[in-house]
Amino acid sequence: MAIRGEYLGMGLTVDDLDVENLEYFRHCAEHDFHLQACAQCSRLRYPPTTACPWCATLDSTWKKVEGRGSVHSYSEVHHAIQPAFRGKTPYLILLVDLDTQKGEPTPDEALRVVGNLATPDGQLAPPEMVKRVGIGTRVRMVFSDVAPGLALPQWTIDETASQPAQVWRYPQE
Amino acid sequence: MPLPRAEVDATTPKYLRDKYAIVGVGETTYTRGSGKTTRALGTWAVRNAILDAGLKPSDIDGMLSYQGGDSTSGTFISGDLGIRLNFYMDVMGGGSSTEALVGIAIGLIEAGCCKVVAIFRSMNGYSQVRIGGTGARSAAPVGGDMLHNRAYGWQSAGQSFAPTFMRHMYDYGTKPEQVAMVKVAHSHHASNNPKAYYKKRFTVEDVLSSRFICKPLHLLDCCVETDNATAIIVTSAERARDCKHPLVLIRGVVGRCNKPRLDMHYQHGPISTVAGYYARQILWPNSGVGPENIDITGSYDAFTFTTMLQLEDYGFCKKGEGGEYVSSGAIQLGGRRPNNTSGGHLCEGYTHGMNMVIENTRQLRHDADDSCPIGADGKRQHTYDYREGGCRQVKNVEVSANLGWANPSTASSMVMRRG
Repeated sequence: MAIRGEYLGMGLTVDDLDVENLEYFRHCAEHDFHLQACAQCSRLRYPPTTACPWCATLDSTWKKVEGRGSVHSYSEVHHAIQPAFRGKTPYLILLVDLDTQKGEPTPDEALRVVGNLATPDGQLAPPEMVKRVGIGTRVRMVFSDVAPGLALPQWTIDETASQPAQVWRYPQE
Repeated sequence: MPLPRAEVDATTPKYLRDKYAIVGVGETTYTRGSGKTTRALGTWAVRNAILDAGLKPSDIDGMLSYQGGDSTSGTFISGDLGIRLNFYMDVMGGGSSTEALVGIAIGLIEAGCCKVVAIFRSMNGYSQVRIGGTGARSAAPVGGDMLHNRAYGWQSAGQSFAPTFMRHMYDYGTKPEQVAMVKVAHSHHASNNPKAYYKKRFTVEDVLSSRFICKPLHLLDCCVETDNATAIIVTSAERARDCKHPLVLIRGVVGRCNKPRLDMHYQHGPISTVAGYYARQILWPNSGVGPENIDITGSYDAFTFTTMLQLEDYGFCKKGEGGEYVSSGAIQLGGRRPNNTSGGHLCEGYTHGMNMVIENTRQLRHDADDSCPIGADGKRQHTYDYREGGCRQVKNVEVSANLGWANPSTASSMVMRRG
């Protein structure tokens, strides 16, 4: 069944034929991150696709994946385009290398999962938290609940992990 | 022109090199608030290109255009100009389309579908549909696959490309002040271009002190949004010889060549490498030249970073040394290999790559439309004095390269030479 929700005043929808995204977000709504695993080669993929990017097999199963990793790259947005994000700047868009399947099948590949920097309860991070994060920061997945069957995976600083001595941030503050 | 690297086994049949030409170029003024429909703008630009070629509307029998739901169709432009077409097609797309459509035009003529093809891009990119998705579009509901980007405030071109730019700084130590030199160079070029929307010269300090849009992009790292249309005309070299201007021949094209995983290209690294890495493997062998033979470049400047990344991945410098290259003076008028001598998207105006092809065509004709005096023969007497308000013609240009960009994962390109 189609899903309609509202997040930061922005309408979010998943159509009833979009079974890959419905299933992905249903797991997120349960705060239980899953990715498709190929029925043939077993590789995980992100974001949801209709076939395996490595072997073109159509069938897949949903597999639980640990939401932990490190920031591969990011942007810090100061000029919001969408009304939903005005008043929320600066906010971070993080591209996070999951620990799972990192460097596979080739050294340059990883499951790079997008999310904003958020507080542990899934709210966009305040400016003082934004300043602590850069390339290399260890993060863990949290969720922003939107509607039944729909939550957005997000990232927060993993306070239990050992963090690198220094993370890389854009030089000009 | 010397033809080095003749030993390269080109995948393009060599007989296609130099067999096609760009014979006409045209544009509207670059404005904000055109007060015209995209149909009127497109008609104006295509008509200018036809006149520039010394052709009549009835000589055109093919028409191609590209757009993102923000423009008109070739059906209206051809109708308005009284042109009966043997082939037309309007394709989806923005940056990287110009060179790709030149490739399609060559294929169409080669296949006997038509003989003379007009390619246009018409957009009210400031007053109607803004590319960043601002205005009414920014408040549209977000659905399906877009939940993996727009729901995170990851929507505009700058926001989308920023992880590539940041990672390049991380991987190679690229400095903001190096990249800012792209804006400095292009603004100097624009100051010698009477049609440029922004003609003011900027400094590195101006760029770095302008406000942040999304890191690492300051306002002045980003291109201008304008209302305008542009057009070019492609035909066979044989027909081109009867046209008005010195021959500008097409050596080779690459169309929308991409990195793996276009569904979300960041899955496949290194993310600081862009699609030019793949495109160059087609461009240089097919054109029978290498970067060392190129006199001027038109590396797409949606942002300062895009110019740098492409010049690097096409091999104009070593991987990772793009920052040094663009800040060395090489890309500036008077330098080793000037880039975007019209001021490009950062300063002249934004038409998704076509204005850079127009500029290089004029450069190869040795007829850049600057403020130099026009002589008795009707041609500009270029002074090669690049001071503000002066000349922007590069001396003795023989070969050019246009490097089109849609995003980090999609590139088109084209080598042209003076006939």
